[in-house]
Parts: sequence; C-alpha cells; structure tokens
Amino acid sequence: MNHHSGAWTDQRVEVIIGDLLRAGVLLAAAVVLVGGGIFLVRHGSAAPHYAVFQGEPADLRTPSGVIADAVALRGRGIIQLGLLLLLATPVARVAFSVFAFAMQRDVLYVVVTLIVLGVLVFSLAGGAL
Amino acid sequence: MVLESRLTPALERCYLNTLELTLLIWVGSLLAGFLGALTGLGGGIIITPLLTLAFGIDIRYAVGATLVSVIATSSGAAAAYVKEGFSNIRIGMFLEIATTVGAVVGATFAARLPTTTIAVIFGVVLLYSAYVSSRGPCEPAGDGQPDHLARLLRMDSSYPTPDGPKSYHVHAVPAGFGLMFGAGVLSGLLGIGSGALKVIAMDRAMRLPFKVSTTTSNFMIGVTAAASAGVYLRRGYIDPGLAMPVMLGVLAGSIIGARVLTGARTRVLRLVFGVVVAVLAVEMIYHGLTGRI
Repeated sequence: MNHHSGAWTDQRVEVIIGDLLRAGVLLAAAVVLVGGGIFLVRHGSAAPHYAVFQGEPADLRTPSGVIADAVALRGRGIIQLGLLLLLATPVARVAFSVFAFAMQRDVLYVVVTLIVLGVLVFSLAGGAL
Repeated sequence: MVLESRLTPALERCYLNTLELTLLIWVGSLLAGFLGALTGLGGGIIITPLLTLAFGIDIRYAVGATLVSVIATSSGAAAAYVKEGFSNIRIGMFLEIATTVGAVVGATFAARLPTTTIAVIFGVVLLYSAYVSSRGPCEPAGDGQPDHLARLLRMDSSYPTPDGPKSYHVHAVPAGFGLMFGAGVLSGLLGIGSGALKVIAMDRAMRLPFKVSTTTSNFMIGVTAAASAGVYLRRGYIDPGLAMPVMLGVLAGSIIGARVLTGARTRVLRLVFGVVVAVLAVEMIYHGLTGRI
C-alpha cells in the first residue's frame, strides 16, 4: 500500500468513515428528536398501543411513504425519516469502502465490498428470502 | 404510578399515558446503553427483555426498536474506535458477507416463528452472553503458522502498542465465517447486535488480538443490523413512537458510558451486568415456555 501523504491508506479511510458515521448519527438523532417532540405534543396524553401487535400502517413501512408523512409534518413520519437516515449510515459506510478499495486498486476487496453492498440494497429494496 | 410487578405490566393497567411511558422507556434505555458501553456487551441485549417483561410491549415492536438502537450505537462509536487504529477493515468486510446474508435469513425467520419461540431463543442467547460477560476477555495468541486463506485474502495486519506496531496472523477463516453466519441469523431473528458471538468468532476461532476483535465487531454490528432492518421496516415492526425513546436513550447512555470507561474498573461491573442478564434470561425463557409473551 502507499504511505505517502494523500494516499488512501486504511487508517485514513477509517478516520473519514468514522467522522461520516458520527455526523450521520447526530443528524438522525436530531431529526428523531424533532419528530418525537411533535408526536408527544400531539399524542402524549393518549393511551399507548404497544401491547398488542398490529404492525405499522403502510405509509410508515416504505421510504416513499415515510418521506410523504415527514413532508406533511406528521410526528411519526419525521421520526421514521430520522430512523431511515440512521439506517443509511452503515450503508454509506460500505459504499464509501467500495470507493476507498478502488482507490487502493484492491480489486479483490472491491468485489467483497460490492457483495455486502448488494445484500444491503437487496434487503432495503424489499427483498426477503 | 410506578411499575409494581411483572405480573401486571403497567400497560395492561393503563396507568401510563404515551408521554409517561416514553419518558420511562427513555430512562431505561439510557441506563441500558450506559451499562452496555461499560461492559462492552452493548445495551441492545437487555432492552428487549426490559420492554417486554417490565412494560408489557409486544416482542415484535421491542425487537424492531432495539435493532434501530443497535445501529445508532455502532455508528456512533465508530469515530472513537477507528482513531485507535485497531479495527481490521478487510476482516470486517469479508465476514460481513456472512453476517448480512445471515441477518436477512434471521429476519425472514422472525416473521414465521411464534413469539413464544423467539422469547425462548432470546433467553438462551442472553444466558450465553451472561456467561461470556462474566468470564471476561482472554488474550489469544495471534502468531504461529499463518492460515493459507487468510494470506490469500490479505487479512494479516498489525496493531499499535506502546512498543510500536505488533503484527498478527489470522487463523481458521472458514470456521470464523460460519460462526459469523450464525451471529447474523441471531441478529436478524432477535434484533440484537450479537456482539458476544462476533467477538467469540474472532477471538477464539480466528485468534485475533482482543482489541482488534472488539473494534472490528463494533464495525460489523451496524452493517449486520442494517441488513435486517430493511425486512423489519417492511413488516411494520419498527414503531416510530417506541423506537424514538429507545434510540435516543441508548445513544446518550453509550456516549456517557464510553466517556466514563477510560480508566474505569469494569471487573465488578461485568459480573453485576452478567447477573442482571442471567435473571432476564430466565424470565424470558419462563415467559416463553408458559406462553405469556
């Protein structure tokens, strides 16, 4: 591997990824907090419904539905958007690793990382075994 | 109104409104995240028992909320871990193939198995984690004859010590890969990070230095959890109102825990946490077997 300044060493890549992930988590937490505030102000005095499983309504199960709810400033939709952002952080990490291994001309690990990214995209895009 | 007993969960008695329940869950998650960071077991493992046993929440909602919090801790801690220079991104990424496929399989199973069965499996995994926790870390020998597959995959590396970088070899790659698939299945099935099992695979099977296996495990936990989260989201297991206090609580708790950790003596704490986890495990198994979950 290269060790001169500016090279994509494993350590440098990891530090960039670490900062990227932390920023993503903090952004997600902020969005969840805002949505949570709206949700509690509107529904805080209602009785909770978590004891019996009904499953979430269809709009809170897909990214497009969540975005529509969040744009409409619905508390639960905004929280779910924050959770989607959080979910995206490990995916972003893997995607960035593909780029970093490519910069190192490490073909073997570009392939390995693309497989992992493929499984993640398969799962998030609606696949199940 | 405080929680009186496990026999009559607060929810069934309708004493708590959503705001009060949310605040209580937040406090519980904060504590769990704090203890999880201090002991290295992660907070996720005690959140699901807490939500189901103490608050009477359906295990599917509990698992969905916990899974989300697991991603938050993993991604949040990554920045702190990587600066130390221990994690091995090649080992992590290669083993991720096993854990992500396993996670999708596990999450698919989760929807087909009865909740009582899931509770019993959860209890057994908790018991095992308690055992691992009380035993504490062991320092395996990372030298000796290099593994052919490990060399082919360029996994051998080095980690920083006060005396300069120390190199290590990686062993038993196929065994580690198989164990990681199992860890992935459990992670998808139970919504936990399976940190204990991941560390076992890397520590004992692949014989990585302890610091390398724990930091690499942290990296893998978030990616594994993300693979099952997609399935959980579509099945409607992730309730925003419940996931909100759990995620924010665990995240805050683990950040505080990581700050306190420096120089803290964790031996006694590990033992105490191990006992708590064991008690929760027995409760989960009992409730599962008697069909009350």
